Amino acid sequence: MKRTIRATGYTFALPCVLFGLWWALAQHSQSYFLPDPVKVVKMVPSVWGGPRLTEDVLPSLRRLVAGLGMAIIVGVAAGIPLGTYRKAREVFEPLLEFLRAVPSTVLAPILLLIVGINDWMKIDVIALGCAWPILLNTIEGVRSIDEVMADTAEILRLRRWRRLWYLVLPGAMPRIMAGIRQSLSIGLILMLVSEMFAASNGLGFAVVQFQRIFAIPQMWSGILLLGALGFVIAWIFGRLEKRVLRWYFGLKETTSAG
Amino acid sequence: MLDELSGVRDRGAVLEVASVGKVYATKGGQTEALRDITFSVGQGEFVCIVGPSGSGKTTLLKCIAGLLSPTSGEARFSGRRIGEPPEGLAVVFQEYGRSLFPWMSVAANVGLALKPMGLAKAECQGRVIEALRAVGLEHVSQSYPWQLSGGMQQRVAIARAVASQPRLLLMDEPFAAVDAQTRAELEDLVRRLWHQFGMTILFVTHDVDESVYLGGRVLVLSGAPTVIQENLEVDLPDVRDQLTTRRMERFVELRAHVYEQIQLAKRRNVAAGGT
Repeated sequence: MKRTIRATGYTFALPCVLFGLWWALAQHSQSYFLPDPVKVVKMVPSVWGGPRLTEDVLPSLRRLVAGLGMAIIVGVAAGIPLGTYRKAREVFEPLLEFLRAVPSTVLAPILLLIVGINDWMKIDVIALGCAWPILLNTIEGVRSIDEVMADTAEILRLRRWRRLWYLVLPGAMPRIMAGIRQSLSIGLILMLVSEMFAASNGLGFAVVQFQRIFAIPQMWSGILLLGALGFVIAWIFGRLEKRVLRWYFGLKETTSAG
Repeated sequence: MLDELSGVRDRGAVLEVASVGKVYATKGGQTEALRDITFSVGQGEFVCIVGPSGSGKTTLLKCIAGLLSPTSGEARFSGRRIGEPPEGLAVVFQEYGRSLFPWMSVAANVGLALKPMGLAKAECQGRVIEALRAVGLEHVSQSYPWQLSGGMQQRVAIARAVASQPRLLLMDEPFAAVDAQTRAELEDLVRRLWHQFGMTILFVTHDVDESVYLGGRVLVLSGAPTVIQENLEVDLPDVRDQLTTRRMERFVELRAHVYEQIQLAKRRNVAAGGT
């Protein structure tokens, strides 16, 4: 109990200090662009709780989830054969290195032309950016599957789908999860960029809209909401990761203790 | 002595190894791990293979298991040439920590052996429980392998091998990584399971005592490039006991004999400038 209180204290101490600092600065600042943070926080429910919840927040989240989902499917599905076959890796690796170096934000205008201004364009931008860390981590995860475990699967005559399901996927799962974690923040950024670029709704669109009409506190409230959103997504993912990789964390603990 | 082993194909044999050789291509040229290995293991036998370190014991076992293909000769399991791991063959590896899947419970690990057999669910569960009971671990069936001690983990691996009711069980230095106390227990466990399930066991070890204590027959390997140096019948009583068996005069003699053979193998190896 005492420990949880202390842990919570550590978690929230710095944000509280920073918030206080912002507040103090805002009291003495005449700047129009630096509003009182208390006012901004108070504004969050009124600005984002009403129609904007269904018109901006939820569409954004939908795009993010769809893009991430697509990235996971594509990244894992392509990563498994590439991790399994050395030949395939040798053929594809240079191309992958090049494509990875292309920032996915620059794909937004191209996809806009190909796909058009719609949800799919944003989902594709998010998926294209998020697929890389998942793909590369999956390749690495599959490649580093223990030799003895692979031999064991052979001996047990686990082939094809059974091998995939009982050995390859769980064996690569720690790395796959690490890849997904990296792609979460990338996804959030790409969601915003694609919405700022070409959209008629969404969080990115709304924040830019507020900025253009000089609704500065509203704009700040959007930024706060985005920060909170990122935090909540990371937290949910952390819980999921603990559940899926329970064996992995347990194993790590016992090997480091022994 | 080798004449009685080679040549004629024994129809009653579970395993026949005929002139198996393995040459690895390495950077500095070729390394001959196995030169010419010939022996056979009959139904229900318990055969130990013992040899100095670097004598290609694991290579030989992998060739028999179908994990490696020999560069010359062939291994036959129930009369069929071994290409890939055949049905009815189980292996217990030395590295228990890396052979059990850490993401599955003990019971699921044991059940894995039954997956490709297409058995009914109830039959699977029954066999898993039976196998775990046979190694005395039914009470930890829902634990993860890494929550158990090394000896217990190796028991799980043995249970997994037994659950598939193999005709041939290969064991690759299975007790090399556990402490002496546990090792003695596991040795007796394997003897008991051998009786109980009527399996054929081929047990690879570098430990002279262990080979004589466990086996009905001991094959002594030479240093690399490896051949079978001796085929020794272990004429000890079938019921063995850590205390009485190891104290028997015959045990001490056999042990000394195998030990001498190993030393001889090592010396020859050095004389031949072997690796």
